[in-house]
Amino acid sequence: MDRGEGSVTSAPHQFAALASSHHRLAALASSRHRPIVTAECPSADGGTVDDLAARLATIAPFVDAVNVTDNPAAHAHASNVSMAIALAVLGIEPIMQIVCRDKNRLAIQADIAGAAMFGIVNFSALTGDDVTAGDEPEARRVFDLDGPQLVSVLAGMKAGTYLSGRKFTPTGDFFIGAVENPGAPPLDYRADRALLKVNAGAQMVQLQISYRPNQVKAFMSACVANGVAQRAIVLPSVCLTKGARALSFMNDKVPGISVPAETIDRVANADDQSEEAYLLVRDLTAHALQLPGVAGIHITDFRHDGSVQRLTEELRIGPKFDTAISIEHEERHAHSS
Amino acid sequence: MKSPGAGAVAVVAAIEHVVKAPVWDCRMCGQCVLHSTGMTCPMTCPKTLRNGPCGGVREDGNCEVVPDMRCVWVKAHDRAEHMPLLPKSWRLHIRDLRPPVDNSLAGTSSWVNLVTKRDQQTPAGWIGAKAP
Repeated sequence: MDRGEGSVTSAPHQFAALASSHHRLAALASSRHRPIVTAECPSADGGTVDDLAARLATIAPFVDAVNVTDNPAAHAHASNVSMAIALAVLGIEPIMQIVCRDKNRLAIQADIAGAAMFGIVNFSALTGDDVTAGDEPEARRVFDLDGPQLVSVLAGMKAGTYLSGRKFTPTGDFFIGAVENPGAPPLDYRADRALLKVNAGAQMVQLQISYRPNQVKAFMSACVANGVAQRAIVLPSVCLTKGARALSFMNDKVPGISVPAETIDRVANADDQSEEAYLLVRDLTAHALQLPGVAGIHITDFRHDGSVQRLTEELRIGPKFDTAISIEHEERHAHSS
Repeated sequence: MKSPGAGAVAVVAAIEHVVKAPVWDCRMCGQCVLHSTGMTCPMTCPKTLRNGPCGGVREDGNCEVVPDMRCVWVKAHDRAEHMPLLPKSWRLHIRDLRPPVDNSLAGTSSWVNLVTKRDQQTPAGWIGAKAP
């Protein structure tokens, strides 16, 4: 194939821009001048980057960064690395999740190094659901590393070495995330485990979806007491669903999530289930945001009906309600025009 | 050719397996951390997690993967706090960050590796819980 002379001497300009682009999540984590809003990216099973862009149009403009998942619930989808790069190309700040279930330490470090080449700096380390939670339970589970170890490996790469000690040169300053479940036993150990991850280098702790405000409250007070909430940004999670059936499904099928019967009843017995399911999430979000130590919120949207926009507008959170960002946006717009 | 003493090392490994398998369901990882995990073997966790329970623990404290088994880490946490005769320093070790498993030690005797300090070797780039 004739590529033409000199055509491979430099990367397309959008990739060069990625490596030097502004990283809003890290900036917000240090300024903390308003609640930080992150959201989960829908998984892709085929389709193009343009198709992905269309699906993100109802989410991305209203949040600060978007988590790309890594075979969530042990189902295969377009990979975390490819999705992170796709988002970056689209001008959306990605948080690349990495689970320990599918790859050994070599493959995981290779993914991190490969993503970093494209300017990805936000990573989030998870243990990962077991293969038995997915649609291919016959698969071999790996777990060569565990979640806290993966945080430490990320911190090592941020500082300039692979686990082996061999040199690695990151293109940007890594921002390292981890996840904790405030609702899984042993409940009084969960904040300690978050602390373990912060000691290993985690700068952000996103929480598993919770329908039990008291558990989030107890977890957050423990995180304020042990310093996690001061040293890392802690973001509780909510999940937008269309009704009681989805809540029952999560309660029955998703590892680590339980939905109280009275919460399912509240939605099931409402005249307008969809509206009540939304209002439930708005209540949970408002409750979480007023807890001491909470730095923001993480949103998973299974409604795909503009509810992320509605939620962020009704609670006046996210980039649209940040004067600093709108000034920055106007300035950039003025420069480009 | 086997190094001198290889036979003795193999005998120790065999004895270790006979002693530890029935009591702790020992998997012979060769780098025993029982003392720091409330005398509960983390290699019996279906995910072989060395640093605490995953987020999938069921509300009743049972395992995500094996629903009728108590979560290994729920047990470890409980024992580290309440097991009689456990030295205090061992109880606190449960909060340590344990390094990734050295898979090259699988099947060897952790007793021998303890004496030779082989079990304390970590990869050169392992920074543990001392993030800069």
